[in-house]
Amino acid sequence: MIGWISYIVFFLILASIYAIMALGLNLQWGYTGLFNIGIVGFFAVGAYTFSILATPDQVGHLGGYNWPFLLALLGAMVMSGIVALIVGVPTLRLRDDYLAIATIGIAVSIQLIANNLSWLTGGPQGIYNIPQPLANYFSSNLGYNLFFLGMMMFILVLVYVGLERMVNSPWGRVLMAIREDETAAGSVGKNAFSYRLQSFVIGAVLMGLSGALYASFIKYISPTLFMPILTFQVWAMLIVGGSGSNLGAIVGAVLVWALWTGSGTVVQWLLPADIQVKGGAIQIIVIGLVLMLALLFRPRGLLGERKEVAAEETKSKISNIQ
Amino acid sequence: MFGQYLADGIILGSTLALGAIGLTLTYNILNFANFAHGSLLTWGAYFAWIIVVAFGGVQGATFGPLSFGWPLVVALLFTAVMTSILAIIVDWLVFRILRKTNIQVSLVIASFGASLLLRNLVVVIFGPEPQYYSENIQIAREIFPGVRVTPDQIFVVCLSIILVILLHLFMTRTKLGKAMRATADNTSLAQVTGININNIVRWTWIVGASLAAVAGVFFGLTVQILPEMGFNLLLFLFAAAILGGVGSIYGAILGGMVIGIAADLSVLFISPAYKPAVAFTLMILVLLIRPSGILGEKTR
Amino acid sequence: MSEPHREVVLRTTQLEAGYTPGVPILRGANVIVHAGEIVTVLGPNGAGKSTLIKTIAGLVPVFGGKVELMGRDITGIKPHRMVTEGIGYVPQVNNVFAKLTVEENLEMGAYTRKTGVAERIEATYALFPDLARLRHLPAGKLSGGQRQMVAFGRALMVEPKLLMLDEPSAGLSPKLVGMVFENVQQVRDSGVTILMVEQNAKAGLMISDRGYVLAEGREQIEDRADALLKNPEVGELYLGSKGGLL
Repeated sequence: MIGWISYIVFFLILASIYAIMALGLNLQWGYTGLFNIGIVGFFAVGAYTFSILATPDQVGHLGGYNWPFLLALLGAMVMSGIVALIVGVPTLRLRDDYLAIATIGIAVSIQLIANNLSWLTGGPQGIYNIPQPLANYFSSNLGYNLFFLGMMMFILVLVYVGLERMVNSPWGRVLMAIREDETAAGSVGKNAFSYRLQSFVIGAVLMGLSGALYASFIKYISPTLFMPILTFQVWAMLIVGGSGSNLGAIVGAVLVWALWTGSGTVVQWLLPADIQVKGGAIQIIVIGLVLMLALLFRPRGLLGERKEVAAEETKSKISNIQ
Repeated sequence: MFGQYLADGIILGSTLALGAIGLTLTYNILNFANFAHGSLLTWGAYFAWIIVVAFGGVQGATFGPLSFGWPLVVALLFTAVMTSILAIIVDWLVFRILRKTNIQVSLVIASFGASLLLRNLVVVIFGPEPQYYSENIQIAREIFPGVRVTPDQIFVVCLSIILVILLHLFMTRTKLGKAMRATADNTSLAQVTGININNIVRWTWIVGASLAAVAGVFFGLTVQILPEMGFNLLLFLFAAAILGGVGSIYGAILGGMVIGIAADLSVLFISPAYKPAVAFTLMILVLLIRPSGILGEKTR
Repeated sequence: MSEPHREVVLRTTQLEAGYTPGVPILRGANVIVHAGEIVTVLGPNGAGKSTLIKTIAGLVPVFGGKVELMGRDITGIKPHRMVTEGIGYVPQVNNVFAKLTVEENLEMGAYTRKTGVAERIEATYALFPDLARLRHLPAGKLSGGQRQMVAFGRALMVEPKLLMLDEPSAGLSPKLVGMVFENVQQVRDSGVTILMVEQNAKAGLMISDRGYVLAEGREQIEDRADALLKNPEVGELYLGSKGGLL
């Protein structure tokens, strides 16, 4: 029984970490139509920045700043925002897929830095002993995880409410107007660019926050944790949950994360040990299929905003051909 | 050292040029960034590997100093056909339906999903370990002072040049090639001119996928065959296509060369591990300075 | 009014069409074009003039009514089949392949032709001698008037029974407008029936046999061109005066 409870707590903590990423992506894609497929890059920047700022002095990587939890969290968010600016400024004026290409580029580059710039990131060994907030006050693992889950819920609600207020404000309506109508966006000119950039940066900041929380919860990070599959998972979450809906992003995060861990368990259970290495690949194929089916048969997702599809009816050059 | 890295860059550039042509073609005619294009390179390499392995036990003879013999020639033809079929199947199953629904950008996400699917299918079918077309050890020869290349590498560069010339002739001398250019230039006018766009779409996949397959074989021949190879090359391919100007075939060739050479020359200054980041940085610079690329027209 | 002894090339009957279901732009348009005629469709912005031509070309979903070409029902035809049915169409903008040479543009015009392509190209050069000189230049590099010739030539490559022109004078200088309309007459004299949509009502009607005034998605006035030129209603529509266009 305790085993189950601690598993569920563990599951929910990770699901809520993912949910924050999905919410960030929803702001970028669902509300602004920005196409980020380098989510993992911003997540990694958050995780590494947090870890470098918060860890005590230890060999193998830059660090020893011992920043308090909240300050390090803030630092991680700022850093992700800066990276988003670097990607966003050159690409957000261009056609949508250039941003996509640039974000995948930044994600790959960040992975390279994580792997190779050892003095900064610890290289393949990564960073360990990442501090957890208030860890000393808890004696049992489950107790601490329950506290962490509580904290995650608090942060998630905070992010959710904040986003809801933002997208329902005049600012959010401008975002959606830009998303709905490229030409209107063009006539607003520079202003539209500035709105798109704001949305992109805020979304990336949330992804950085998620990365920082992840690092703190896992206590150890290394480059292998930041593979492109993570980007794909978050997209699956948003598409399944329904882009354009913050609640949908959260629901999608829980569902897809359940599917991911569930399929992992099943694959491990079914496959003989010698082909376990292929298990991950099979899992990815499962998620890939779910995403494809969602895209093909339920492009609005479970809770998606109804206008979403219409909004994206951009004039694809040959769309009227079967 | 400079000469050696330049030579290495030209070899990588030949592979990239072929890959980038397919990317720029599909980008231009189907109007979306196909993130699954890298997977076509990977599958191309593996389709060829199947043939080489199937023949390998029987026929060990090689062409002179090259590391391979007839099987690889058969494999090149086979992989061009199979990769084209694969591309058309993916188009038919996924992209065709999404084109109908008119949601342009979800094509990009679908292609991203398709790329992960295809890559992991490779892992499931062929396993994660690297493969090679030949166990033969190639001896690099000195062609210029301080520049050593293997016969296989020379083969790769020469065949790339031949293919580019053939492609040029196809696009400028044949009715189909001209119709493809016309469609890329102005799809709606092509339609009212009587060009069957579905047919053009199919041929775009065939040309793009065949070149991707050959590029995949080239990479397998000069480096190794890996499930991640296509994904790892994707950033280079996009950088090449954007640098040259999306939609321009000649731009893609030029872009492939520039990116290949720049990536290999960067080794003079920084760790070779950062090659993809070099490609990315170049791409960002191009987007900042001249978003339409060297040979491209305005993008928005 | 119309000349019943002439063969009917095109007839639309109660044609209804639009881009979004339930939002028709054409609301029952009836237009007839006889062999050898130049027919001009006039009308205020948003009247559905271009939509009429695009619907005949198969580019706009048809909700109701019929399109007949030489008595054959071609309603809702696929755009690329229109050419083989015998309709040439010159869009208002982007009507040449800018990156292809003049000659390649003409070749693309003959895409559906199996034979006689070279002869058709020569015939086009005979019709528009300027193009022969420019044949190896990319069409995008030509002047507006020359581009219009390429566009006409491209559409004529299949020897269509009907040539449809969408505002051929749009965006051209007054001098070029005259030249383009001379070209239109030349094309008609070579035996092609022409249906065109025109903003420049006066210049369009001057070379036309008949005309329609389209408003709210259906024809409001149908008359001989010279009569339309004197019609005060038409004058009001275009000049804000009641004096007619002449």
